[in-house]
Amino acid sequence: MPVALDARDRAMLAGDEGAGTAFAMRLVLVAAEALGAERLLDITGAHVDSCLFHGQATLDFVDRLAQGGTRVAVPTTLNVGLVDLLHPERWRGGAAEAEAGRRLMDAYRALGCRPTYTCAPYQTAWARPGLGEQVAWAESNAIVFCNSVLGARTERYGDFTDIACAVTGRAPAAGLHRTDARRATLVLRLAPDVPASLRDHDVLYPVLGTVLGRRAGSAVAALVGLPTGVSEDRLKAVGAAAASSGAVAMFHAVGSTPEAPTLDAALHGAPPDADEPITLGELRAARDALTTARGDRLGAVSLGTPHASLAELRAVAEALEGRRTRVELLVSTGRDVLAAAAEEGVVARLEAAGVELLVDTCSYLAPILRDAPGAVMTDSGKWAAYAPANIGREVVYASRADCLRSAVAGRVLVDLAPWGGA
Amino acid sequence: MRGPALVLGEPLSLWGGLDPATGTIVDPRHPAHGARVTGRVLVMPAARGSSSSASVLAEAVRAGTAPLAIVLAERDLILAVGSAVAAELYGVHVPVVVRPADALARIRSGDLVDV
Repeated sequence: MPVALDARDRAMLAGDEGAGTAFAMRLVLVAAEALGAERLLDITGAHVDSCLFHGQATLDFVDRLAQGGTRVAVPTTLNVGLVDLLHPERWRGGAAEAEAGRRLMDAYRALGCRPTYTCAPYQTAWARPGLGEQVAWAESNAIVFCNSVLGARTERYGDFTDIACAVTGRAPAAGLHRTDARRATLVLRLAPDVPASLRDHDVLYPVLGTVLGRRAGSAVAALVGLPTGVSEDRLKAVGAAAASSGAVAMFHAVGSTPEAPTLDAALHGAPPDADEPITLGELRAARDALTTARGDRLGAVSLGTPHASLAELRAVAEALEGRRTRVELLVSTGRDVLAAAAEEGVVARLEAAGVELLVDTCSYLAPILRDAPGAVMTDSGKWAAYAPANIGREVVYASRADCLRSAVAGRVLVDLAPWGGA
Repeated sequence: MRGPALVLGEPLSLWGGLDPATGTIVDPRHPAHGARVTGRVLVMPAARGSSSSASVLAEAVRAGTAPLAIVLAERDLILAVGSAVAAELYGVHVPVVVRPADALARIRSGDLVDV
């Protein structure tokens, strides 16, 4: 069935708002057909990942899109790019690639996008859509957070589609934009053998997300058995890991996320297709699989994937108070969060402890880490999943507390006590 | 459009899985690691993984290493948009078509396929 268009859609398609906007509208229609949408809907904001350089085609695309003075129609944030524009000295790759990456980041800014350059736009107050708001977001962790934690509505958008929606202010009325698609079809329950102390420990959440992604695939699952009111930082860790081990675009945490005050609410009152336990054994196996390195040789520590929140930066500063890292200790965050942290003195405390702060990009995408023998420790399930293939480093997954005391000791230290000792 | 099929038993993420400079499958965990997609009709049950696969498809078209066409068992927004962008930028159309899974299962690598 053809997609129904309103008068303004047709005008954009006809080129009334310029050649670039017409191109964007054609792409929105391709997306609508691929999703089986019958019509388009208005969006109130967008988050765009197309600003990350993936070759000359990404530059050719934005140059074509910009023809005719194209501007975004809604407030639009930008995801990470290839280079840290505030700390260009951190780049360890070739000059030509850095220049191409920078040119692409600038080109999206020139379309009227805000230069946020963060994978966690939801940590900036003005960029957070409200419950039920229709938006078009890209970047897998941001998509999950938007749908699950904010209760705003986006499909899984990505390169080219994200900016096409932002330019037209329109998105396909399909998928997770629709209420029916947001129903949990799978229930995953933490089994009784998962200790209460683990349920209230940061180290659980990226591992739980890894299991969620594998078990749910692209389905919407409801998690049962977590404490009520799980923090945003922990839900962020679940979503990021679930979107890297699977194709999760939304989950419910019963008692924590806004569309799941009860399990029945998450299920929209209908029975699930499956109701299954997650055992301590499965969690331990998933935890172990995130670590690729053997031995205790430590090369570096990388925190802040997704970009660290202000609360996470404060926690790192507190844990390192009066101590100093012996290895490269990189923490990635957004430039807006960095500014807030500088204002309250947290950046000075971090720098005194030897922390290097990275913005605008991510240490698993770009050549940032120094060459050093030994594993890289991380508290991120997503970083652990992607770094070995992307940048060729061995990884140890552990809690933030373990990552930081290892950095100070200069060797890998992992405490299994929260896991019941194994 | 007609060309020899390259049938993948497992989904491939073009991002991290395909080198657009050479058209070679570079994901070491993929069973077809080392195969070239250039000039073939790429047949697989589904695409997988990152939305950046749209950019990788467009870059492969620009570099002249893209498959002739892509045949999937389910609709895929990411590859459909990547193909549309490449067609606009470079005038080369890589059709992304959906066929029933049982029809896909009858295709063998090397078969001549019409899309």
